[in-house]
Amino acid sequence: MARKAAPEINAGSMADIAFLLLIFFLVTTTMDVDTGITRKLPPPVEDTEDDIDVKDRNVLKILVNNQDRLLIDGKPGDISQLRYKVIDFITPHPENPEYPEVTSKYIEQLKTEIVVSKGIISLKNDRGTSYDMYIAVQNELAAAFNELKDRFSMDQYGMKYSVLIDKDKIDAVNAAVPVAISEAEPEDIGGN
Amino acid sequence: MSKFKTKQGKGSPAINTSSLPDIIFMLLFFFMVTTVMREVTLKVKTKLPQATEVQKLEKKSLVSYIYIGPPTKSALYGTNSRIQLNDTFATVDDIQEFVAKEREDRDEADRKFITTSLKVDGLTKMGIVTDVKQELRKAGALKINYSTRKGKSNQK
Repeated sequence: MARKAAPEINAGSMADIAFLLLIFFLVTTTMDVDTGITRKLPPPVEDTEDDIDVKDRNVLKILVNNQDRLLIDGKPGDISQLRYKVIDFITPHPENPEYPEVTSKYIEQLKTEIVVSKGIISLKNDRGTSYDMYIAVQNELAAAFNELKDRFSMDQYGMKYSVLIDKDKIDAVNAAVPVAISEAEPEDIGGN
Repeated sequence: MSKFKTKQGKGSPAINTSSLPDIIFMLLFFFMVTTVMREVTLKVKTKLPQATEVQKLEKKSLVSYIYIGPPTKSALYGTNSRIQLNDTFATVDDIQEFVAKEREDRDEADRKFITTSLKVDGLTKMGIVTDVKQELRKAGALKINYSTRKGKSNQK
């Protein structure tokens, strides 16, 4: 039998098939990048007996109760004030006894000593605190420290911390503005 | 002798659609490459809280996830927040084992860079989150990330 020429395949529906696949991937695709607040947990301690003594003026106590109310340094406060209170607290005030003590710290990258505050933020929450509130507080604290880093970075390098590229500079800012947040073990005060 | 020809009566010429499949295929490949299939089926609802000071999580292969939230099948499992590791519900005691297993799965050199991402529902109480954090401390998984969406904070 003589060979017939192969009949031409109708490619008209190719677009439809491709469309179908396209719609499937369009629906299943998730473009979200994971974002979040990164924190470092303290390593576990064996004996809880030897608490490190920290002077009272060096600590800014933040308490969150099970009604999501804030107590900033013994006074009821609002979340909107938190950022500025923290910035104010951590900014070194060498002469004022109301503020935390200061110490000079040698920054390797800058080859100079700078004055840093010895202030620590102590965050304590109840077991009944909602995660929303906890994140809101953490967010404000992160914002405060980012602002402080920005200020230092502006002073030293004339640009914001977030746009620094040089690793040495980033390390220098991180060394000069340590994120001093201490988290106490939560208490079950509110009875949940 | 008009300069502009009238278009009437001519009919629009047919557009050549033979390259349409190619265009569609191009789009298709783009989405095929960018798509990420979810590895775990979520058994808990995690409506993440919003925050403004968020950082991006880099190196997805070095992130292990812990989900905490109210179960989706609330009729079966109740509305209290539960922990989900991989595909099953878990208790606080399972976390150390989970962390150890996640470590095993990674290369030796990468192990110290593992970040634990906590995907926690906003309405969850901190009690369970704190228990998880304490377990993570004991297990030595100290780098954690509170997963949040970028946006205005929920709290006024």
